[in-house]
Amino acid sequence: MTDYLLIIVSTVLVNNFVLVQFLGLCPFMGVSNKLDTAWGMSLATTFVLTLSSVCSYLVYTYLLAPMGLEYLKTISFILVIAVMVQFTEMVIKKVSPVLHRVLGIFLPLITTNCAVLGVALLNLNKDNNFVESLFYGFGAAVGFSLVLILFAAMRERINTADVPEPFKGSAIGMITAGLMALAFMGFTGLTSA
Amino acid sequence: MNWQPNKHLYTFHGGIHPPENKQQSTQAAIETALLPSKLILPLQQHIGQQAKALVQVGDQVLKGQMIAEPNGYVSAAVHAPTSGTVTAIEAHALPHPSGLSEQCIIIEPDGKDEWAQLTPVVDYQQLAKADLLQHISDAGITGLGGAGFPTAVKLNPSEDLPINTLILNAAECEPYITADDMLMREHAAEVITGLQIMAHILQPEKCLIGIEVNKPEAIAALQHAVDELQLTELITIERIPVKYPSGGEKQLIQILTGMEVPNGGIPADIGMVCHNVGTAVAVSRAITKGEPLISRITTITGEAVSRQGNIEVLLGTPIDTLLAHFGVKQDKLHRLVMGGPMMGFTLDDVSLPVVKATNCILAATRKELPDPAPEQACIRCGMCAEACPASLLPQQLYWFSKSREFDKALSHNLLDCIECGACSYVCPSNIPLVQYYRFAKGEIRIEEHERTASDHARQRFEARTARLEQEEAEKEAKRQARAEAAAAAKKAKEAASDSNDDKAIDPKAAVVQAALERAKARKAKKAAETATGEVADDTPSKQPAVDKDTPKLSAVERAKARKAARAAEQGNEQTTDKAAKKGGLSALEKAKAKRAQQADGSKPSEQPESSSKAEKKGPSALERAKAKRAAEGEQLTNSDTAAVDNTEPAKAMSALEKAKAKRAAQSSDAESTAAAAAPVSALERAKAKRAEQAQQSPSEPAAEEQKPLSALERAKLKRAQAADNEASVETSAASTTDRPDSADKKPMSALERAKAKRAEQAMQDAAEDSAADTENRD
Amino acid sequence: MTILTAILILLALAAVFGIILGYAAVKFKVDEDPVVDQIDNILPQTQCGQCSYPGCRPYAEAIANGDEINKCPPGGEATIHALAELLGRDFVPLDEEHGEEKGKRVALIREAECIGCTKCIQACPMDAILGAAKHMHTVIADECTGCDLCVEPCPVDCIDMVPVEVTLNDWRWHLPGAPETIQKTELIATDKHPAPAQDSANDAANDKKNDGNTEASA
Repeated sequence: MTDYLLIIVSTVLVNNFVLVQFLGLCPFMGVSNKLDTAWGMSLATTFVLTLSSVCSYLVYTYLLAPMGLEYLKTISFILVIAVMVQFTEMVIKKVSPVLHRVLGIFLPLITTNCAVLGVALLNLNKDNNFVESLFYGFGAAVGFSLVLILFAAMRERINTADVPEPFKGSAIGMITAGLMALAFMGFTGLTSA
Repeated sequence: MNWQPNKHLYTFHGGIHPPENKQQSTQAAIETALLPSKLILPLQQHIGQQAKALVQVGDQVLKGQMIAEPNGYVSAAVHAPTSGTVTAIEAHALPHPSGLSEQCIIIEPDGKDEWAQLTPVVDYQQLAKADLLQHISDAGITGLGGAGFPTAVKLNPSEDLPINTLILNAAECEPYITADDMLMREHAAEVITGLQIMAHILQPEKCLIGIEVNKPEAIAALQHAVDELQLTELITIERIPVKYPSGGEKQLIQILTGMEVPNGGIPADIGMVCHNVGTAVAVSRAITKGEPLISRITTITGEAVSRQGNIEVLLGTPIDTLLAHFGVKQDKLHRLVMGGPMMGFTLDDVSLPVVKATNCILAATRKELPDPAPEQACIRCGMCAEACPASLLPQQLYWFSKSREFDKALSHNLLDCIECGACSYVCPSNIPLVQYYRFAKGEIRIEEHERTASDHARQRFEARTARLEQEEAEKEAKRQARAEAAAAAKKAKEAASDSNDDKAIDPKAAVVQAALERAKARKAKKAAETATGEVADDTPSKQPAVDKDTPKLSAVERAKARKAARAAEQGNEQTTDKAAKKGGLSALEKAKAKRAQQADGSKPSEQPESSSKAEKKGPSALERAKAKRAAEGEQLTNSDTAAVDNTEPAKAMSALEKAKAKRAAQSSDAESTAAAAAPVSALERAKAKRAEQAQQSPSEPAAEEQKPLSALERAKLKRAQAADNEASVETSAASTTDRPDSADKKPMSALERAKAKRAEQAMQDAAEDSAADTENRD
Repeated sequence: MTILTAILILLALAAVFGIILGYAAVKFKVDEDPVVDQIDNILPQTQCGQCSYPGCRPYAEAIANGDEINKCPPGGEATIHALAELLGRDFVPLDEEHGEEKGKRVALIREAECIGCTKCIQACPMDAILGAAKHMHTVIADECTGCDLCVEPCPVDCIDMVPVEVTLNDWRWHLPGAPETIQKTELIATDKHPAPAQDSANDAANDKKNDGNTEASA
């Protein structure tokens, strides 16, 4: 039990995928203009991340590893992720066409989100078992969502604030993200590795 | 006695302590009203619908007379504050932040100050609640604390909202204003009487008077009055600490009872009703003395007037009169504020009148009320949130209002803001926060209004589109039906007729041909009857063709055919041509007539039966078509063909009548005359003719004819009514004995008359020609 | 051999996932795009045609198919903002080609000149004109959206578009700091803008006088 808790804390706070490991910055900057779209995006990414993490683990452990085809892991993980993303896109289009329209291109771009592939690959390095993989993927997703939502909320406020002309738009966004990363560095050392 | 706040009270979040500035205006007693040279009484001095004026320019009014009545439930009456003459009812600038003008009644006092007949209530406790409320409403009483809500409405909460506490708002928390203070000092008994009357109406469990401790004389006076009237059980005077804005209704309720009015609700939702002490005095005067609301206590204060104090001012008094009375120093006057420094608004025009909600006129110097400092950037200090008495987040509301994110502002409870100004007061950046909230509230209201309007517009547009589509579909269906009938008729005719080579593409031509054939048949039959006396066999195959050819039988052609038949009776075949020529038949039709004649010649034996049968069945096909049309609900707008149909029968009407008359003259046949006398439409005429010749009484088609008869007649009538209502002398002359139905006869348009004339002429010519031709031929 | 196995494994994976996706594509089929309704709700429903579409609904459908959102003058900037927010697109200023944003107007028929031809009645998309053939026509002001479509068909040109006046019920506060409110004064003195011509000298004099006259009254 403690292990799982440690995994969660590690992936959400200490080794946050966005602010500490600097993966998945594309949707982080691109979808965080409005809080509503950030919510939608984080839900979609959580869905994709968790499932693809588990599926990747299964594909690796029961298909690639026994066959000695470990070198195929990158391409098969990408295959898994792409399928998950397609599936998620169909579900979102059915459930909320507005969200689908608003997320636009960023939904398929989850496929190329390095955080998703990163979770799948890094999972292997840690020699996690099935449940640990599940928690790892889920924790990574929760960390991503947390940071995305926080950042979106901040950006909404910054939009209406009196920002100096040269800093308006993405510039102040980048600065804010940097400050957030600085803040998250405070979690270093909470868990080992 | 040092009046301390009562210990058991509660408090509300936030609040501020601005300097009071009240003692300037409490040094002297309330002054008596002065009579200005004119009184301007707006019809809208309250929340709700504008009142309706009852008087007209030039009317003499007495003091206390109702000059405008309430318009709707949430509305209040207006009374004449003194006797005088109504000099105008016109738009005048209102004492409102917008500076807009609305209707006002302008009265010129006559100086006599004569009261109207007053009707006080002798014993209010005997009167029913509804009657008391009516009395209060008739007195035009609205909330005198500044909001101006009609009091009778507030004293009548709905049945499912029981009231347990009646609160009198004597807090008067805003700086500078001392009107209520002086009123309570001098008229405490009336305050308590008013409270009694209200308590009688509402039947609460207890009554509270919330008064700030900075009014010791008023507290003493009220307590004395309560003791005198022995109402200490019912009424409790609660001394509350001095804090702005304790005088807000929701804040006072929270202080006195600890309960909060729910979001978007009213105090009655939690069993409370709150009235101003000035309102209580007005209620007392209205019930016990019958006096309507015609004056109020107003504080005149500020450094720019030499004397400061309170005055019982008549409603409608122009402010410049008041200022002059209190010695205004024009050079010092920097800003004139109606209301207090926190919630009042600036007046640009000193000629504006005092209204029911005017509790204070603040003539301020530049030092007293300096121009607002420039607005600077928000430093997010949060002082505004600390000061807000409604526990809102003014900073967030500011950001949302500024960036027009109104849905977020609404979710942050923008509508609970009482616009007290505490947040603006404390803001270190001098941001006019309340103006932002007012702007946001206005925009939200407008957006909602526009949304409703656009939904309504969309519904209207969709209804219109649906209506047009339905009309189009009906037209289409009718067209279809007609086309199908014509096609079927044509097909049947083509299938049946092999000898007749005319491939009648034009259904009209086919119709004409059929008519001519019938005429020929009739003629031949007559000839046959007279000559041979034979009656040939029927050729059933031919009949349906002929019959179905006549859905749109042109009466003109019918008439011409009959004329031709008549001429043929006399043995002249060329008459048809001539008649056709004279009558203006087309070349095609003439050709058809010729061919019909040929056919007539070649098959004499078939004609008689066929003609008689054709005649019998022809009109029935016509009737069927007409019935169909009637069933489809033929409209006048769709009247192109109908008009044509109508025109021709009209044409034929006179023509046929002429023909009949002639026939009658010629044959002096009693039957034909009778027949000529009876009919009203072409169909009936056809029927009559049939009866005449075949000597049958068709009873079956009669029923069928009724419907088309009425359709035809209806259409005719409609068209005729649209035209000029000239008595058509010619028509009546043409058809003297034969028109029992005058409606049919009267509305003949000029076009129809001309056509009738032409047909008549044609008939006459034809008759002459036939006679001539007969001679020639022979 | 390993290459073959690798390829086969990948193919197998692809096949399995393809089947899953195919099934999902059928199961999660979406018929119509209800975003058109939401766009239509935002548009002002004047049915004026200034956007070059025959009504608000066709324009809503066009927007759903990718057309620009800045073609509606009666909606104005507020509508463009709302559309941008709904669709996640950027705000674009109103396309001047399609017209300017004017204040709300309603049509008014000069009854003395009306000939009762019903052409304007047929043109009005709201049925906001009351009348019949050869009878007087008049505009129902409450229903008129100011779309302008009745002005052209009138053969005697007797229809005016008059601006709607602000009444006490319509009036609202302006945004503070907007040009129509007080002029913001510069806090920090600068030579760029000359100081506003106030009677500051007089004020100082008056204040001095006040200090002298006013008794310490509290």
